[in-house]
Amino acid sequence: MSENARYRLVLAVLAALVAVLFAMSLTVGPAAIGFADSIAALFSNDRGAIALIMREIRLPRAILGLMIGATLGLSGAVLQGYLRNPLAEPGLLGISASASLGAVLAIYTGLSAAFPLGLPLAALAGAVLAVFIVQAMAGIRGGTLTIILAGVAVSSFAGAMTSLALNLSPNPFAALEIVFWMLGALTDRSMTHVWLSAPFMLVGWVMLASLGRPLDTLTLGADAAQSMGIGMRRVQFLAVFGTAACVGAATAVAGAIGFVGLVVPHILRPLVGSLPSRLLPASALGGAAVLLAADILVRLIAPSKDLKLGVLTAIVGAPFFLWLVWKTRRAML
Amino acid sequence: MTLLKLDDLSAFLGGRRVVDQVSLAVGEGECVGLIGPNGAGKSSLLRAALGLVAAAGTVEIAGRDASSWSPRQRAQHVAYLPQDHEIAWPVSVERLVALGRAPHRGRFAGLGPRDRTAIEAAMRRMEVDQFRTQPATRLSGGEKARVLIARALAQEAPLLLADEPTGGLDPAHQITLMRLFRALASEGKAVVASLHDLGLAARWCTRLVLIDKGRIVADGPPDTVLNEEALRAVYGVTAFRGEAEGGMVLQPLDIIDTDRQ
Repeated sequence: MSENARYRLVLAVLAALVAVLFAMSLTVGPAAIGFADSIAALFSNDRGAIALIMREIRLPRAILGLMIGATLGLSGAVLQGYLRNPLAEPGLLGISASASLGAVLAIYTGLSAAFPLGLPLAALAGAVLAVFIVQAMAGIRGGTLTIILAGVAVSSFAGAMTSLALNLSPNPFAALEIVFWMLGALTDRSMTHVWLSAPFMLVGWVMLASLGRPLDTLTLGADAAQSMGIGMRRVQFLAVFGTAACVGAATAVAGAIGFVGLVVPHILRPLVGSLPSRLLPASALGGAAVLLAADILVRLIAPSKDLKLGVLTAIVGAPFFLWLVWKTRRAML
Repeated sequence: MTLLKLDDLSAFLGGRRVVDQVSLAVGEGECVGLIGPNGAGKSSLLRAALGLVAAAGTVEIAGRDASSWSPRQRAQHVAYLPQDHEIAWPVSVERLVALGRAPHRGRFAGLGPRDRTAIEAAMRRMEVDQFRTQPATRLSGGEKARVLIARALAQEAPLLLADEPTGGLDPAHQITLMRLFRALASEGKAVVASLHDLGLAARWCTRLVLIDKGRIVADGPPDTVLNEEALRAVYGVTAFRGEAEGGMVLQPLDIIDTDRQ
């Protein structure tokens, strides 16, 4: 099979997988509603309990799973391509940690209780602040190493401030809420969360998706890419701000969900001939599929325990990543 | 026509002046060898000409001030082959060579027939077409170097700036490459290549530019630039100079021990 045909097949299979998982996500939940009933209720005009559950609980959850998964997969693939480092992941720029800090501060100060959108908005503010700090540190001619280091510094600081908030938390319930929020989940999100985060994610996707060709030329290093007509300032701007917009919005509504953005590009890279521009759409679909699957699993494994999505992705993702490293090491020897 | 014109060009690395007010013009049909000892500023000169390092002075490409070109327009006029053979992902050889077509393609356009012709020609010229489906990262050092040269050729720019292009190549491929540079020059293009192998430079370049401590110390045909005095003063070596089969032969012999003189 030619490289092109295989690429199209990979995209088609992934798209079908996402469609199936999206439908499954709509029909799995504590309220045992049949598949046909639930889909029919989604498109009907009645205002019964089933329609309410479908539209107000399951639909936003499935949409957020799809969008956040795609965000993590896409931004992971972009950052690995831009930094030419297979260990890069969306959290690397410090955006997840800062968005988490924003959310934690909202819980800590009671803003989230006083005002329903207080938490996601504070998280977005945290993400925006982080990206400006990273961009200012890296500067115009800043290399990729400066960006990584600035991201590590911002992440550490945000982590420290989060610990401080936990440390000084006046009541144990707030501390518990903070900890649970940070684990990352899609439970009890409403359409308001979708409307709040969707515009940021869409803008971020457009910015990141435009980087396909430039990332291809970056395979040969920054100098070669520039000599082939790539403006590195523009690439840096789009990569940093695009990641900030979509990952910031994703973290704002779902907390930090790890390993999807790191592992998904790894798995798919060999299937698309390693070309970054081909990895972007594949990784976006793959990320959506993985997150939808994980969110279905948390509902199936422990329906009564409220198992957190971020915990599951980490438990499954970390050993899997270890195996990947083992396999790559053997391939390199 | 002048393809590259440098006027009082200085380049800086970490605040240190590594290229010092260099002026140089390269026209169609020239195959220029940029020679000089380690750290003389050869790579920095090439990178400054492309706007890749902080620089002062003016660079004209194809008769126009380079700062007025967009990166894409500039890429249609100058191709550049960096010294390090960086290939980040295991992309197939064919796809890697195709990257050279980037400045000629529309943002979402696929490869057109002209692109394919250029890619095939470049792969054939560098004899890498037999590896076309293999991941470029799995090739040997010399094969990788040839694939990267093919990438630069596929760009089909009138001017090629190559940094140490013969490094890592076996003698046959070194000569093939120098012949190719001469062929490009006779097609009306121009090549500026930094070279460490003085024998290759003497035999195949139409013109040599000798650089020492960031300044041009000699510029002209190989037999005048590579004289005994220049080799002693700049490189600190003695050399055998001769002629064989209609071309110059130069073989460095020994270092000059300055203490004994």
